[in-house]
Amino acid sequence: MNSMQTTTVVSDRLARNVQRNIRERAIETILFGAALVSVLTTVGIVWVLVSESLNFFDHVPFGDFLTDTMWTPLFSEPHYGILPLLMGTITTSLVALVVAIPLGTVIAAYLSEFASARVREIVKPFLELLGGIPTIVYGYFALTVVTPLLQAIYPDLPGFSMLSAGLVMGIAIVPYISSLTEDAMRAVPMSLREGAYGMGSTRFQTAIRVVIPAALSGVLSAYILGISRAVGETMIVAVAAGMQPNFTMDPTEPAQTISAYIVQVALGDLPHGSIGYQSIFAAGLSLMLMTLLFNILGHVIRRRYREAY
Amino acid sequence: MSTTEQNLPVKAFTRDFNFYYGSFHALKSINLPVIEKHVTALIGPSGCGKSTLLRSFNRMHDLYPGNRYQGEIVLNPDNTNILDARVDPIEVRMRVGMVFQKPNPFPKSIYENVAYGLRVRGEKSRSTLDDKIEDALRGASLWNEVKDRLNQPATALSGGQQQRLCIARCLATDPELLLFDEPTSALDPIATANIEELVTQLRDRVTILIVTHNMQQAARVSHYTAYMYLGEVVEYGITDEVFLRPKKKETEDYITGRFG
Ligand SMILES: Nc1ncnc2c1ncn2[C@@H]1O[C@H](COP(=O)(O)OP(=O)(O)OP(=O)(O)O)[C@@H](O)[C@H]1O
Ligand SMILES: [Mg+2]
Repeated sequence: MNSMQTTTVVSDRLARNVQRNIRERAIETILFGAALVSVLTTVGIVWVLVSESLNFFDHVPFGDFLTDTMWTPLFSEPHYGILPLLMGTITTSLVALVVAIPLGTVIAAYLSEFASARVREIVKPFLELLGGIPTIVYGYFALTVVTPLLQAIYPDLPGFSMLSAGLVMGIAIVPYISSLTEDAMRAVPMSLREGAYGMGSTRFQTAIRVVIPAALSGVLSAYILGISRAVGETMIVAVAAGMQPNFTMDPTEPAQTISAYIVQVALGDLPHGSIGYQSIFAAGLSLMLMTLLFNILGHVIRRRYREAY
Repeated sequence: MSTTEQNLPVKAFTRDFNFYYGSFHALKSINLPVIEKHVTALIGPSGCGKSTLLRSFNRMHDLYPGNRYQGEIVLNPDNTNILDARVDPIEVRMRVGMVFQKPNPFPKSIYENVAYGLRVRGEKSRSTLDDKIEDALRGASLWNEVKDRLNQPATALSGGQQQRLCIARCLATDPELLLFDEPTSALDPIATANIEELVTQLRDRVTILIVTHNMQQAARVSHYTAYMYLGEVVEYGITDEVFLRPKKKETEDYITGRFG
């Protein structure tokens, strides 16, 4: 009697265990499936970009692509040199980062180390709002507000310029940099701040000499993310920087970026299947490689500067 | 008080000192002397207010909103009430160093950690820095272990070495008063013995106020002991007397382990 009872109890428990195992398995499979979707999407995109680019490079020598200083797919005698688009991308990104990194860092340091809880509660929603504005709106803001303002200072500035687009793009990126930088700074343990204040530091000294160095890996990751966004940003430059590839790094000139070119072609300026059309895949691949490079750099920096508290 | 009878110089003292975390009255009418160039220990059960009292001596509570001091904490020789509204807490912290429970070296090299306080005070001369850093590291019995790797990150040191580095960081700026909040509670017995040995060496050089949970430690390193309970100083006196002939029943209960 007694032993029978025991066996039923044990088998009951085993049955429950089996049930639990099945449930755990099902959950695991669903989660794995979700992860798989993102992996497959990435693989698919890379596959399309690479195979279409290979077609493109059947017609255009790779050397020309890298060294030719003209990008004129619409001309009867087309040139496919990525350099002008690359320079447009780099120039607008540099202008944006010159604005976004200092401003984002200062805002983050202010919110994390100086502002009272009340001020933070007021300022943060505004920053989130700034980050939520569609970039097309920023694009027209650059074109219709910032460009005329800049022209009041430099009358020679053309109606489309990398300067105007870059500045506004910088403003658009500020919320990303400031919020990630602030998170990194706030994650610095209070004991480290107390140590700094205990040595007689001012708030400013504590922020600059202790908190930012302690948060360095997070701060640099924020910058890298900002760079990636700047490089890939499309609508602002498409609207405000002009649509003409320009072999220059002078920000006061109009130019086209890689991303803006892809939009232009995708909107239908070139027939499907033509070499010109295929060129967007080569351009897209270049853009992706650049972003990948920054992501790898970010990864290396995070490992290099990670602090153990 | 026995101390004034013996005419020992008082480095700092509190007079009718009260402290509030918001509406919580954490310290009640504290009157405590800290005798110059001696070690004063604060003992008492968890939550009795030892850390709160210690952290008042360098106005650490100013960092958090809602905290309120009342009464006086006087720092000699200038007889300054450091709680006075006209006194800048940074000035206070320039004179009063603090070593925390958990070692908290800055994410910098060993050298830069010790140089920190000097740099904050505007010292730029490399040779002065070098000299003072060597002195401070020797003072903290760390020099021999780190002299060949001053440029390595401080976080690579062991816990006990990190704590001695934090002591060196304070010593470099010649503090008049050094506050220790359970400096050995995160350390193993050997590192603890090292720190205790260090406190014993330092006590001829600098005035020390130390919080400890460990009564043997208080007995070993301190000259004077204050027993705290529920935000009050119940008994204060020469360490041996407090431990061997406590005047108050609560003190005796705590010391003999009959407490709680
Ligand atoms: N930030 C704070 N806000 C509100 N109350 C606090 C705060 N810090 C401490 N207290 C309270 O003040 C009292 C004294 O705390 P304190 O940390 O000084 O005790 P302690 O004697 O150092 O204890 P322990 O030995 O555990 O470190 C406790 O009742 C505690 O709950
Ligand atoms: Mg404590």
